[in-house]
Amino acid sequence: MSPKTQAGDAPGARQAPRGAAPAADVIHNIGYRHYDGPRLGRAYARRSLFSQSLRGAYGLGRSAKSKVLPMLLVGVMCLPAGIIVAVAVATKTDELPVEYTRYAIILQAVIGLFVAAQAPQSVSRDLRFKTVPLYFSRPIETTDYVVAKFAAMASAIFLLTATPVLILYVGALLGKLDFVDQTKGFAQGMLSVALLSLLFAGIGLVIAALTPRRGFGVAAVIAVLTISYGAVSVMQGIADEQGETGAIEWIGLFSPITLIDGIGSAFLGATSAAPGQFGPDAAVGVVYLLVYAVLVAGAYGLLVRRYRKVGL
Amino acid sequence: MYNPTVARLTYRALLGRRRALILFSLPALLIVISIAIRLMTGADDATADAILGGFALSVMVPLIGVIAGTGAIGPEIDDGSVVYLLAKPVKRPTIIVTKLFVAVGVTMAFSAIPTLIAGLILNGNSQGIASAYTSAAAMASIAYSAIFLLLGTVTRHAVVAGLVYALVWESVFGTYVSGARQLSVQQWSLAAAEKIGQGDVITSDVGLPVAVVLLVGVTVAATWYAGQKLRGLTLAGEE
Repeated sequence: MSPKTQAGDAPGARQAPRGAAPAADVIHNIGYRHYDGPRLGRAYARRSLFSQSLRGAYGLGRSAKSKVLPMLLVGVMCLPAGIIVAVAVATKTDELPVEYTRYAIILQAVIGLFVAAQAPQSVSRDLRFKTVPLYFSRPIETTDYVVAKFAAMASAIFLLTATPVLILYVGALLGKLDFVDQTKGFAQGMLSVALLSLLFAGIGLVIAALTPRRGFGVAAVIAVLTISYGAVSVMQGIADEQGETGAIEWIGLFSPITLIDGIGSAFLGATSAAPGQFGPDAAVGVVYLLVYAVLVAGAYGLLVRRYRKVGL
Repeated sequence: MYNPTVARLTYRALLGRRRALILFSLPALLIVISIAIRLMTGADDATADAILGGFALSVMVPLIGVIAGTGAIGPEIDDGSVVYLLAKPVKRPTIIVTKLFVAVGVTMAFSAIPTLIAGLILNGNSQGIASAYTSAAAMASIAYSAIFLLLGTVTRHAVVAGLVYALVWESVFGTYVSGARQLSVQQWSLAAAEKIGQGDVITSDVGLPVAVVLLVGVTVAATWYAGQKLRGLTLAGEE
């Protein structure tokens, strides 16, 4: 039996005339067209991936259920800023009760939850449903995927952390506080949350990209963020009690949020949140910056390494 | 009410994968910190209280509770393999109770025992601080496991919901709003610690009888409701 007759006997296949001389094989033209529109290329794909990931972090374009948590967190993040501004305006103080650089540090639990919930959402599901190879079948490279996801996550965190700072600033100006002072503080605050966003996005994505399980990713990210902070703040508190204040600035290096706080108090005029306000001075601040740079670059490097092999 | 096969499967799911890595690393970190602090400062009751209360009981125990409690049932529901378990002639409440036993066991093993070791390292159980916090951690393990197991059956975002409770409610609201402290597993277990520890190093906002009633009530109610949820479980696709 030739393959041809076999195909003819299969149910649902087109009936070939039996017994007749085998016709010459032919490919029927059933009207497929070539694509001759514009090819949008790598940059476009990268941009799309970026905007999709950024929207996804706030649940836009996803189910109503997945909008609840991010929107709730944005609300929780902005509410205290609104209250602070209202109080400051009502009592006619000449400065805000909370520094711009300090705001994100105070509400770090909310930021941590946002990163923990959204970083795995951004990368774990691609791994779990094995869509990563599909991305790489488009004209994007590993680095494009990593850059787009990294930038989207950092932008999402930046939106979350910069909005309340903006509310504080606008409120301060409406309350006719000193313009130069407030603008300087606002700029410092913005820079500090930008640094924070990059660092948190890097840490969150690296951990989330290790596992295809979303729930596990969430737990791992939050564990790293809160455990490191919990350990560092307890150690700092004890060092302060024991009078070994020199150690406080060095202990602060070991958790992301105290790292940002340290950079803020060394270079951005912030008051340190460390016990006794023993933040690093400019010399130790350089070490902080160095550690920060190593962490962000390391996160990027690890992600690129991870996606070079994953799912292929 | 206890099915050894379900228990064995749950143990393997909890400890067999990378999940175990977090479970092992948290207690290890606590013990390393304790050793470092003991070497730095020597034995000191206030320090021991700060570490055990501020880190072990308030951060480590809830986190391990979330991982073990939701991990006991969450992933199975998530990937749909729970139907094979539900198809067996085992009562749904039995499945929940068995998984609760496992979750409680794992949480206690990874939180109460390290707390005891850390306490002994820090001040050698002076003023009963180590044993007080150990029993607090053990009591909290039971309530946390039951609550987070329930969350695992109720929502697909159990880990996030559990973390919101543990971090936002207990830590943030608990610090600023005193009423929130009445409804906090951590404070209930601290009430027991207050009773066990000598001196007045440990304090709780809740009286011991109220705390014990709430602790038992929440555990039983959460377990019962989780059993009910599992009886009528609907398997949904990924959001």
